[in-house]
Amino acid sequence: MSPAATGSSRRRATIAAGVLALLALAAVLGPILYGADPNTLDLGRAAVPPGPGHPLGTDESGRDVLGRLLAGGRVSLAVGFAAVSCSALLGLSLGSLAGLGGRRVDAAVMRLTDAMMAIPALFLIITTLALFGTSVTSLVLAIGGTSWMGLARLVRAELMSIREQPYVEAARALGARPTRLLLRHAMPHLLPTLLVNVTFGVGTAILMESALSFIGLGIQPPAASWGNMLTNAQAYLYASPWLAVYPGLLILVTVVAVNMLGDALRDVTEPGERTT
Amino acid sequence: MTGFLLRRAGHALTVILLVCTATFMLVHLAPGGPAVLADPKLSVEERTAIEERLGLDRPVLAQYGLWLARVARGDLGRSFLYEVPNLRAIGERLPNTALLAGTSLFLSVLLAVPLGLWSAAHRGGWVDRVVSGAAFVAMAVPTFWLAIGAIFTFAIALPLFPAGGATAAGGSGGVLGRLYHLAMPAVVLAAVTTAELLRYMRSSAQTARQQPFIRVARAKGVRDAAIQWRHVLRTALIPVVTVLGIQIPRLVGGAAITETVFAWPGLGRLGIQAALGRDYPLVMAITLFISAAVVIVNLAIDLAYLWIDPRIRMDQR
Repeated sequence: MSPAATGSSRRRATIAAGVLALLALAAVLGPILYGADPNTLDLGRAAVPPGPGHPLGTDESGRDVLGRLLAGGRVSLAVGFAAVSCSALLGLSLGSLAGLGGRRVDAAVMRLTDAMMAIPALFLIITTLALFGTSVTSLVLAIGGTSWMGLARLVRAELMSIREQPYVEAARALGARPTRLLLRHAMPHLLPTLLVNVTFGVGTAILMESALSFIGLGIQPPAASWGNMLTNAQAYLYASPWLAVYPGLLILVTVVAVNMLGDALRDVTEPGERTT
Repeated sequence: MTGFLLRRAGHALTVILLVCTATFMLVHLAPGGPAVLADPKLSVEERTAIEERLGLDRPVLAQYGLWLARVARGDLGRSFLYEVPNLRAIGERLPNTALLAGTSLFLSVLLAVPLGLWSAAHRGGWVDRVVSGAAFVAMAVPTFWLAIGAIFTFAIALPLFPAGGATAAGGSGGVLGRLYHLAMPAVVLAAVTTAELLRYMRSSAQTARQQPFIRVARAKGVRDAAIQWRHVLRTALIPVVTVLGIQIPRLVGGAAITETVFAWPGLGRLGIQAALGRDYPLVMAITLFISAAVVIVNLAIDLAYLWIDPRIRMDQR
């Protein structure tokens, strides 16, 4: 890679990381610093356009939009990160199992992966949430449990190639157990793959959470999330279109920043595999 | 070649069996057990009666066998919200979803393939930069937000298209009326698929252009256009077809969201309404049906390989 490309990657990564840090800071500190309660109803001042008292206006029930955006950001970002941690853990362990566990285990895990990739994730999540009930925990587990397949395949492929390396053979000859091989010898090679995959995963998880909350199966009102703030916005599109703008824009900005960071990380970690 | 096909068909069957097993396990692990499938509003006595009738007192393995036998016979249970067999409810909505998903997949391929080829041939040109930028944003836009934005712009601010539904109120309105209602949801749904396909098409065409046989073709004096459309396109399409297969489950998920926003009477919207109405048998039947359909489509894609890539035909003979 040319030094110029490295420079532009670095610049894009810095911008993206800055935007994400700002969003995270707003989500963590915002609800504390900004006084308006996100759940206080004020039907007398419902659907007020942006103006004094309510910088971004109020929604159809008179709740402060800025307050709800900050509270919703907390939920959306937290669910996104938690779901990705869950899927990274699953992908890493199932991928390692397939890569190190021998031929039969490998075949079993890979068929499971194929099956999971064939089921549209949205429907599997809908089924799970319908049967087990909706809560933040079940949402995180459902999103995480349906998004680990790509990472598992990558980890498996990486382990298969590392397994043949002389240094791994040497370690095995010295009596190292699979766990040690994985943590001590394979992990340093897996980390870049993991990092890039997890970064893109955050974007996907945030999009999934917002879609589920939008259709009414994710974060349940009155708790705010960027997705469920848009549920009613469609009904009031004619009278108060601004309600539909901010939550969607925030999801877009977050996911763009996450994907930009992911692209930049990929450029740094796999210089040969650039797709852009 | 027969071996290749048999192996693929075997994989597909295994996957469908795994999906059935997963569905069975979900029901049995759910709080309240499989009895929730009957009706959530039942009393304890009615529930016990149902559990006896469903054979829930039998060993789990026997129940699993019965369940598989029922699915194999095409018995996907009854919806208690619509009070019809699930398969009939699915059959009524399926054509609408197939029309929507098919149209947007067609649009995506129509846009992504030539744009990707052009971008790879003219890297860094204005088309490449504009198209890549648009694709980057399109992949980060929540589908439902794009749909709401489209409704606001093209149905409210500029009343060009209807805000929802599949046909005009009261009647069918013919093919034109159908297309008129299809336009917005199909374009919205196509956005993400187009963006992803385009990115793959571009990088895959870039790789294809560096192959030795392209240089040979050029040395033989084959014209640029012929190289582009015959040699590069055909080589570049192979990985793109794989990506298409991976995209289909996501396309169907996206279709569910798009159908919901545009009140399009499809399978996805039916599934979401069933989940919201706690119509468990219908939710599970739809998940099972869609997964099986996706597996079959992917099998068809494997067949398409044989046609696209002569190397596979050679290897498997």
